[in-house]
Amino acid sequence: MSRRSDLRQRVAQATRNERVLQAVHLATWRKVDAREQSFAALRHAGALREKAARLRRHTLENLPAYLAQFVERATALGATVHFAPDGPAACRIITQLAADRGLRLAVKSKSMTSEEVGLNAALEAIGVRVVETDLGEFIVQIDRDRPSHIITPIIHKDRREVADAMARELGCPRTEDPAELTRIARGYLRDIFRRCDLGITGVNFAVAETGTLCLCTNEGNGRMTITRPRVHVALLGIEKIIPRLADLPVFLKLLARSSTGQPMGVYTTLINGPRRPQDPDGPQELHIVLLDNGRSAILKSPLREVLTCVRCGACLNACPAYRNVGGHAYGSVYPGPIGSVVTPLLYGPACDDLARLSSLCGACRVACPVQIDIPALLVALRARAADRQPVGKRLLLRIWRHVMEHPWLYRLGQTVLRCVLRGAEDGWVRSGQGPLRNWTLVRDLPRPARESFRRMWEARLRDER
Amino acid sequence: MDGRVVSGDDARMDVGFFVTCLTDTFFPRVGEAAVRVLRHFGCRVHFPPQQTCCGQPAYNSGFHEHAAALLRRMPKAFASCEFVVTPSASCAAMIKEHGPQLAGVQADEVRRLAAKTWEFCTFLRDRLHVNIAACLKPREPVTFHYPCHARGIYEVTDLREWLGRLDVRPPPRTDLCCGFGGLFAVDFPELSGRMLDDKLEMLAASGARLVICNEAACTLQMAGGAHRRGLPLRFRHLAELLAESLELMEGEA
Repeated sequence: MSRRSDLRQRVAQATRNERVLQAVHLATWRKVDAREQSFAALRHAGALREKAARLRRHTLENLPAYLAQFVERATALGATVHFAPDGPAACRIITQLAADRGLRLAVKSKSMTSEEVGLNAALEAIGVRVVETDLGEFIVQIDRDRPSHIITPIIHKDRREVADAMARELGCPRTEDPAELTRIARGYLRDIFRRCDLGITGVNFAVAETGTLCLCTNEGNGRMTITRPRVHVALLGIEKIIPRLADLPVFLKLLARSSTGQPMGVYTTLINGPRRPQDPDGPQELHIVLLDNGRSAILKSPLREVLTCVRCGACLNACPAYRNVGGHAYGSVYPGPIGSVVTPLLYGPACDDLARLSSLCGACRVACPVQIDIPALLVALRARAADRQPVGKRLLLRIWRHVMEHPWLYRLGQTVLRCVLRGAEDGWVRSGQGPLRNWTLVRDLPRPARESFRRMWEARLRDER
Repeated sequence: MDGRVVSGDDARMDVGFFVTCLTDTFFPRVGEAAVRVLRHFGCRVHFPPQQTCCGQPAYNSGFHEHAAALLRRMPKAFASCEFVVTPSASCAAMIKEHGPQLAGVQADEVRRLAAKTWEFCTFLRDRLHVNIAACLKPREPVTFHYPCHARGIYEVTDLREWLGRLDVRPPPRTDLCCGFGGLFAVDFPELSGRMLDDKLEMLAASGARLVICNEAACTLQMAGGAHRRGLPLRFRHLAELLAESLELMEGEA
């Protein structure tokens, strides 16, 4: 998925895309401000995050029991629960459902899990048309693009690009007015909603105690997706379970605040089974697909903490590295700090280098509503992949260690460094060689001091006073 | 007025000074300033010559065997010292937070070292009961950089408090990373450079030209970036400002 040289190149290229980065800067800072303001207004925010983290950890420690309970309750409500060990299995289950019932037009509410398994392509391969109904995802889809953020899929696009895509693909008059663009998309989607027969959604939380699915959206498309079509398929990772309905408010209070700074999402939908005889609307069938896809293995690993993630996207917004490359450079469905932990765990060691795409500044940890220590997880992933780093780097680090283990060599090294790094008259090195080449690509290097501290100490500082 | 509150048992502490490899090599003046300030407040300062690096660069980049090999040397190097004081919060954090959990070290030994290791400013405040703000003489406007790896050692609010009486012009986004990140800076130079651009933009927007930065690695990154971009920013450690204010050191031109 992301080979080393590819990653370095993708990142370098992404840092030159001024238009995208300007859009990402604006949007991420706006969301950081909104999140900070909404948390400042929330009483006991620290205690709430603590509680959320504790609940998530507790659930994972007892996941098999909670899963069993959820399956039992959801089934009792009339839902059919499927278990998919991996992505292809999830796609098979859902395409089979569609094929068996002759379903032809699917509407989708935003779901990262469906991106993870590549569901759209699988459905389209058997002739089911899939239409994304979240506005951002809709634009990504008609523009044949990929989402670059788990909450804000078109964070990399500016108004002009959206206007171009809509005019080109929908044949509407070109406008850059967001309200007008939304109106056009809504009109287009209304017609789709009238004709669709399959609704696909992700799930934000699944309540073990009651078998309830909770869906948080902002546009109302989620409710259309679950009420119009005759079949509703909900796809979720097995880690999305929470124990009790009473736990839900803890997460609802945190999720929207962390994502967008809203006190609460606009639409919070609780789904308890398919349509009952007395219900005026709702799907005839509800299928819940529980996806493992490596999650059980992560649960057994020392990095299990990553599964407590509620996919709020706060760490992406907070991350200065994400802000300066955008989401596509990560080459993964899940970009940003949490993505750099999740991706290598889901897709294997070929993606391990993503863990290096961070300065470990910790802004993600500060932002995380469930207190995931993302920098620590990144360091652990780096450690797992250290032996597979380029041979030159490993050799340099070995030499460096040897030097640092011997104070006389270290001292000699200081002198050598001073001789090698002559720099210009003003004492600054502008173009370094070898390992320093990448340093001086973007910044100068001061020449090492004429007299190091230890020499100064020996020469005079020790005997002062 | 030097803001000093002397209590009997705090007099003449034995302090081992851990200068850190970057400060030793690139910014010896910071070490000199820190030593003079510690002495001014009554410490007997030692410099164990066996010290080199705490292993942080290797730790952060996942080479934990190398990190452990270097960290193992530290308790021995500072065995005879009552306290270990360092001008770098990130090196203090390496010893105090990451060290004891590192495989390949004697956890007890490292824990004992961690317990006696202090970052310079917090040592002045919490052990020597120095009112740092009261010691600083107001001069030109200053802004500051909060080093990310100081999290858990001191917070932005602490730094603001220490700079209290100066004409402080906080940068927008006070806790924004400078983009250094150890090997990250050379693994992804273009990205590190863009993060640096953002940081320098904030510092420049503060209106001050003197930047207080208590972390040699961040200073290396930001001063190098400012120089490359022709920005008139100067970087100083709080120890240097203290030493100058207390007239233990000449101001730098």
